[in-house]
Amino acid sequence: MIGEKEARKLSEAILKRCQGTPAEATILFNDGALTRFANNFIHQNVSERDAEIIIRCFIGKQIGTATTNRSDEAGLDELVQKAKDNAKVSPEDPNYPGLPEPATYMRVAAWDQPTADYSPEKRAQAVGSVCRLAVEKGLNASGAFSTGSNELVVINTKGVFAYHAQTGADFQTVVMSDDSSGRAQESAWKASDLDVETLGRTAIESAARGHNPRKIDPGEYPVVFEHYVTEDLLSMLNFYGMSAQALEEGRSWMNDRLGQQVMSPLVNIWDDGNDTAGSPLPFDFEGVPKQRVEIVKEGVAMGPVYDRYTGAKMGKPSTGHATPISFRGMGPIAMNLFMAPGNATVDEMIRSTEKGLYINRFWYTRLVHPRDCVITGMTRDGVFMIENGELAYPVKNLRFTMSYVQALANVEAIGKESHLLVGEYGGFGTRIPALKIKGFKFTGSTV
Amino acid sequence: MKELMMRALDLARLRGAQYADTRVVRNRTESISVKDGIVEELNSSETEGFGVRVLVNGTWGFASSRNLTGDEADLVTAQALEIARASGLVSGEKVNLGAPVTSQGTYQTPFQIDPFSVPLEEKLAVLMSADAEMGKVQGLRTRQSSATLIKEHKLFANTEGAFTDQTIVETGGGIQAMAVGGSEIQVRSYPNAFTRQQVTGGWEALISWDLPGNAQRVANEAIALLTADPCPSDLTTTLILGGTQLALQIHESCGHPTELDRVYGTEAAYAGTSFLTTEKLGTFHYGSPVVNLTADSLRPLGLGTFGWDDEGVPAQSSPLVKDGLFVGYLMSRETASKLGRTSNACMRASGWNRIPIIRMVNVSLEPGTWKFDDMIADTDYGIYMESNRSWSIDDKRYNFQFGTEIGYEIKNGKMGRLLRNCTYTGITPEFWNSCDAVCNPDHWVMWGTPNCGKGQPSQVAHTGHGAAPARFRNVKVGVLK
Repeated sequence: MIGEKEARKLSEAILKRCQGTPAEATILFNDGALTRFANNFIHQNVSERDAEIIIRCFIGKQIGTATTNRSDEAGLDELVQKAKDNAKVSPEDPNYPGLPEPATYMRVAAWDQPTADYSPEKRAQAVGSVCRLAVEKGLNASGAFSTGSNELVVINTKGVFAYHAQTGADFQTVVMSDDSSGRAQESAWKASDLDVETLGRTAIESAARGHNPRKIDPGEYPVVFEHYVTEDLLSMLNFYGMSAQALEEGRSWMNDRLGQQVMSPLVNIWDDGNDTAGSPLPFDFEGVPKQRVEIVKEGVAMGPVYDRYTGAKMGKPSTGHATPISFRGMGPIAMNLFMAPGNATVDEMIRSTEKGLYINRFWYTRLVHPRDCVITGMTRDGVFMIENGELAYPVKNLRFTMSYVQALANVEAIGKESHLLVGEYGGFGTRIPALKIKGFKFTGSTV
Repeated sequence: MKELMMRALDLARLRGAQYADTRVVRNRTESISVKDGIVEELNSSETEGFGVRVLVNGTWGFASSRNLTGDEADLVTAQALEIARASGLVSGEKVNLGAPVTSQGTYQTPFQIDPFSVPLEEKLAVLMSADAEMGKVQGLRTRQSSATLIKEHKLFANTEGAFTDQTIVETGGGIQAMAVGGSEIQVRSYPNAFTRQQVTGGWEALISWDLPGNAQRVANEAIALLTADPCPSDLTTTLILGGTQLALQIHESCGHPTELDRVYGTEAAYAGTSFLTTEKLGTFHYGSPVVNLTADSLRPLGLGTFGWDDEGVPAQSSPLVKDGLFVGYLMSRETASKLGRTSNACMRASGWNRIPIIRMVNVSLEPGTWKFDDMIADTDYGIYMESNRSWSIDDKRYNFQFGTEIGYEIKNGKMGRLLRNCTYTGITPEFWNSCDAVCNPDHWVMWGTPNCGKGQPSQVAHTGHGAAPARFRNVKVGVLK
């Protein structure tokens, strides 16, 4: 960890080199390690220490960018000079709204020293506990346990200085037999919040009861989705429609639907970078404080998230959702999504289903058509037929092609527990519950 | 740098490593993107650092850092050793790397014009010109043109005596037009989908694609697709795939399942496994007799072209499928040794801070004998599809579903009406066994896939896929209604 004091010194060294040229920069320090296992042993085990410094220089409305991972004197000289050179040859961007002024952001607790110091031995011990359980059952465990920390600094020549330090831990495992599998995952910013052994037992139980899966006909089925599927639903709806840029370009599922009932009244989705129940980040990559944004309220499409660029084009203020400079062209994005939990347990959802499918997870989901967010993908790591309120038998994996907007319109019940899943080495954090959906369309099956 | 590398290797050996290797990598990338007449991105990026991989008592450890100093080399090596010893707490079969690798030499991918020697103004002018040409077509919602230029310098050394020095230069670029009408959204791209084609080569490659000269055609196609007929649904018919779509089909349904680490289960938790298990080697009819697939890191222009892989194994060519029969895998030293073979140079790391894992090199469908026009003329009814829009495949690489930007109905041996929202689906070996015609070398192009994700922590690899249009019988099309 370099800490806020050193981060400030480095920031000053960068801005000093701009010599009056307006500029913004982000600095990201990353210290990460990941222990990977398969066939019940550790086969890959890695660590890295890296940094990324990105600067955008502005000559009027001409913009140039440069990136480096060097923080020595010569590296910083080169960085600033390249950004200026790039700005000089770049035509003006008439939509550039200028740099933001400093603003107060919430200080959010997200640092846990034991997680930052987590040793490879401790990761190995945790992984070993799951591998031993799998061996006892004659099963094959694989997965990854990652721990680490990052520090983000956002600065500009108008006086913005925003600093956030965060730790993270993630455990995920797939347990397999020759014809079955199960998977479990949990993320947290404190490694001690992860119950690795319980996650292992969950995956083992699914693999153990999944033998001899039956092939069933594709078609429309009621489904009970574990929260892993819900994460995929929100992630796709986010990428293909929760940003102001997608809306402005006419490719969002929210286009022509703002203020309308598009999902079940049970569905509430929002983004909140300040909530420590998620993976908090209290400001965006322009240094603008993050606001809680209601995206879907009781099934009604409320609106997208904005950065300053899209906000200025669309006559709205930024909601604090600017992406890193190198991804700025993608437009703003929600990085801290939540779906409100309901009042049912997964067992209750299964018990209330006469005939349907229980699905643990989706895999390799891709956009087929944007406007309704039609997605195709496969089921994976645990699919069971539900009959008369019980898991009756395992089922071979199915392909689906389905509008995710329609899927959330078909929600009948929502899980009372929500779970946090975070992207690798930090990144997007999503807190989501399980779902029961009255109709979901499967279009094929696999061998 | 050599001194730093030798210091790391010596320390690793001294402290008990049975094998160690180290890579120092400096990557320079220039990204330029123009959207609707505005420069969306003009970024000069560089990253440098080193990684040390050690084998201690048969288990692996790896550590890496951006700080290229002797002291940091000591720290990182010590960390790699500590990690390897932790791996030993949950160990399996001891790693066997097979015969030593002692490669020496320097290598550079060929190019005519160093892309970093071309003035930025000149690069921008090409993209702005393409943008302006697309802008002449009324009705587009957005238009984009982009260039990606990469120069990567990589040093490799191991404790067996290898030391290699190579520079890989890549040039990528393309244009994309998006049209929106009612609830319909259509995209057309050139030369390849998802914003760009990419090759190992210089600025001359981007000039040869003539982005401005193709801009109006691409824009007009996007507009025309808005009102085109939809792809017929739930139809089983003849499918002809154009080169860019076929390249991705090869990548997903040939390249990935032949990765031997997937077969041995070491990617099970993330990328998945493979249906091409080892008992099928030499006996399984993967495709029809016209299907010949090759893994080749020597071929010009390919994104899988280099001097040595990241274990120091020399670039080479080896068959994966010969006359339809499955005969080979993409292998590392460790997995090849387990199979009783030697590595065919497929270990690649996405950067200094990642370990090498098995990746595709240039996995290509060898050309057949057909002229494209003859193939169309020989088809009574079918659909021609080109340029990927959507791709998905299961974790064993059996069940796939693809969507394309554009399609045409083929009727009585002629290209007919334009079709939108084309999709097709199938099971990999059934699909490749239904292939009855592949176009000749005149139609064969080395396509680039610069966005292949695999591994934890994630790595994005650049892979090449040579392909000429090919015909497949009895394929289910039109999944989207």
